[in-house]
Amino acid sequence: MVTIDAMNMDSKQLNKKIKESIRQGHKEIKIINVLGQRFIGNGIQNSDLKITIYGTAGNDLGMFMDGVNIELFGNAQDGVGNTLNSGTICVHGNAGDVVGYAARGGKIFIEKNVGYRVGIHMKEFENNVPVIVVGGSAGSFLGEYMAGGILVILNIDSPKVMKADAIGTGMHGGKIYIRGDVNINNIGKEVVVLDIDDNDYEILKNILSEYGSKFNYNAVELLKDRFIKIKAISHRPYGNLYAY
Amino acid sequence: MSVLDKLLPEFFIKVDREVCIKCGQCVKNCGFSALMQDKDKNVKPIHEKCVACQRCMYICPTKAIQIIKFPGTQKHNDYWKPEYIKNIKKQANSGGILLTAAGNDKPYPVIFDRLLLDACQVTNPSIDPLREPMEIISYLGEKPIDISLEFRDNKYVLKDNIKPNIKLNSPIIFAAMSYGAISLNAHKALAKAARECGILMNTGEGGLHKDLYEYSDNIIVQVASGRFGVSPEYLKRAAAIEIKIGQGAKPGIGGHLPGYKVDNEVSSTRMIPKGTDALSPAPHHDIYSIEDLAQLIASLKETVDYSKPVGVKIAAVHNIAAIASGVARADADYIVIDGFRGGTGAAPAMIRDHIGIPIELAIAAVDDRLRKEKIRNKVSIVAAGGIRHAADMAKALALGADFVTIGTVALIAMGCTLCQKCYTGNCSWGIATQRPELVERLNPDEASKKLINLIRGWSLELKEIMGALGINAIESLVGNRERLRALELSRETLEVLGVKPAGR
Repeated sequence: MVTIDAMNMDSKQLNKKIKESIRQGHKEIKIINVLGQRFIGNGIQNSDLKITIYGTAGNDLGMFMDGVNIELFGNAQDGVGNTLNSGTICVHGNAGDVVGYAARGGKIFIEKNVGYRVGIHMKEFENNVPVIVVGGSAGSFLGEYMAGGILVILNIDSPKVMKADAIGTGMHGGKIYIRGDVNINNIGKEVVVLDIDDNDYEILKNILSEYGSKFNYNAVELLKDRFIKIKAISHRPYGNLYAY
Repeated sequence: MSVLDKLLPEFFIKVDREVCIKCGQCVKNCGFSALMQDKDKNVKPIHEKCVACQRCMYICPTKAIQIIKFPGTQKHNDYWKPEYIKNIKKQANSGGILLTAAGNDKPYPVIFDRLLLDACQVTNPSIDPLREPMEIISYLGEKPIDISLEFRDNKYVLKDNIKPNIKLNSPIIFAAMSYGAISLNAHKALAKAARECGILMNTGEGGLHKDLYEYSDNIIVQVASGRFGVSPEYLKRAAAIEIKIGQGAKPGIGGHLPGYKVDNEVSSTRMIPKGTDALSPAPHHDIYSIEDLAQLIASLKETVDYSKPVGVKIAAVHNIAAIASGVARADADYIVIDGFRGGTGAAPAMIRDHIGIPIELAIAAVDDRLRKEKIRNKVSIVAAGGIRHAADMAKALALGADFVTIGTVALIAMGCTLCQKCYTGNCSWGIATQRPELVERLNPDEASKKLINLIRGWSLELKEIMGALGINAIESLVGNRERLRALELSRETLEVLGVKPAGR
């Protein structure tokens, strides 16, 4: 366990320090006084490394990451888990836009709200199924062009009918679960809204118990409330777009 | 099927029964199933399916096959060309967007053809490349404005930290063509040739197949909006990383690999589900400004510990100079500018043929602007889209490019006959296809030899041209518009190009 004080460090210095600590063989890195430094944990490939961050993480936290376990006590800005390969990112607070952009594995847990364009281009591939769980509400363009993975919006302390617009536009794989409901005018024409079935219930139960354990409460209780599922109508939504 | 649904064939397959030995090779070789054999082994053409890929003509041992334009004709009309009428009928049948492949084939004036390289005579003599050394080694990446040296351990060493550069033996890069659009054998041929020639190939936005890992030092990997195959491994296995913003054949349009081409191998290389469409829209949804682009560049550099150049590919469009200036200031190490004659595996025909500007103007405008802003050293400029031969390359360099990319040229060297049907996935030459029986026709070793020969030929020609211009180092050619003269170009075009008319 090593502690890095990020006070008065710029992003480049901080990331150099993190990589140095990894080279020295540290398995647990604690970073304190983080004030918006970007790119923390970017591109790190290490399956038994844990990074704990105190403060506000800057953009692209854990981008291109492969296998690290990041826990952030504070808010995150845009691009959390951008193009995530594997690993876990847990944010005890809010996160900004483009969370989990094109993620193809790993898990992202956000305690509170997220911004726009969350889960865009998320994919799945063989056994890699990325999961994003958001405790609060999400902004527009949620899960656009999603090709796989699971996106869960819990709407805790938020209106139960989502205000976000253009949900699932161009979606051609994966599932979005929402606690509450959506207005039918706010979803892309490539998706359908369904009630959850027993299989979905089991998937949600697993995900919510993991989410709950991160934030230390019984999230599975939430399953007593109404959940809906949004999924793609087709794996090839634009198959008929062209004249051959 | 009503007569209204029918389309006339574009080509007519003539089989000479007298000469045909009924070997059936043509039938086996046609990826488009335009030929069949009846029970007496007579070859029967299905003209409607022929795309004039010419595979049957090349393969026929007795030269019994001829592909000609369909002899039936519409009433002559210079305005309503047969192609337009066919397209209208196609759209009336399907209601879809017209799809096409390869480069823009419309008869816009070609500026390269109106530019002539000037030559030296007695006052400043030409150089004999057979006798004098000609330096065409080029470096991709940001160059320092000045360097300082230090005398240490009995030798001079560089004092400053120079940004990563890649050394190329010729100023040529194989253009970005993805695995998915072209076959794995085609990719292997490109990678092998790039290594052999000491140049680079570009994976396009299709991920990096494991079989190409051994060619890491000669590979540029692309990061596009769909982030196909982009993982830490992918970024670390490359010599350079390129963010694809735009493409000359389809500026402002993203990529779309149809689900039927996403087989097991393509799926695992792109890291996407099998059989689903691979959608890569034009905007990166984490880039909405130059600042966002700067952030992605920084993020990629951080990921690879600032060890590799990161470039940005943009399409040649109006205001390109300002865009390129922004990209250079966003800390890109090189900029690829792709002109409107760039090739593609699939694009809407209207976009390919009518959007974008010629590469000649774009390169000249960008080089000019970056020099005026005193940031030309910050980036290498790569001219892409429609380079056909070594003289085009020399002209592009004289207009201000440090490198050219060749895509269509490389495909032709590997056998492509420009039938422009890449998007169907039926390429009879085994290049733009994933059908195993077609892919295996392209022998990577044989194809790479063709590419190696081509690069050698172009490099020799470039040296000859440089000699004629009285130039012995490639740096002296880049942006040297004094070595160009224009024939019959408008005053405005000359102004953008910064080139004098012939005779001055």
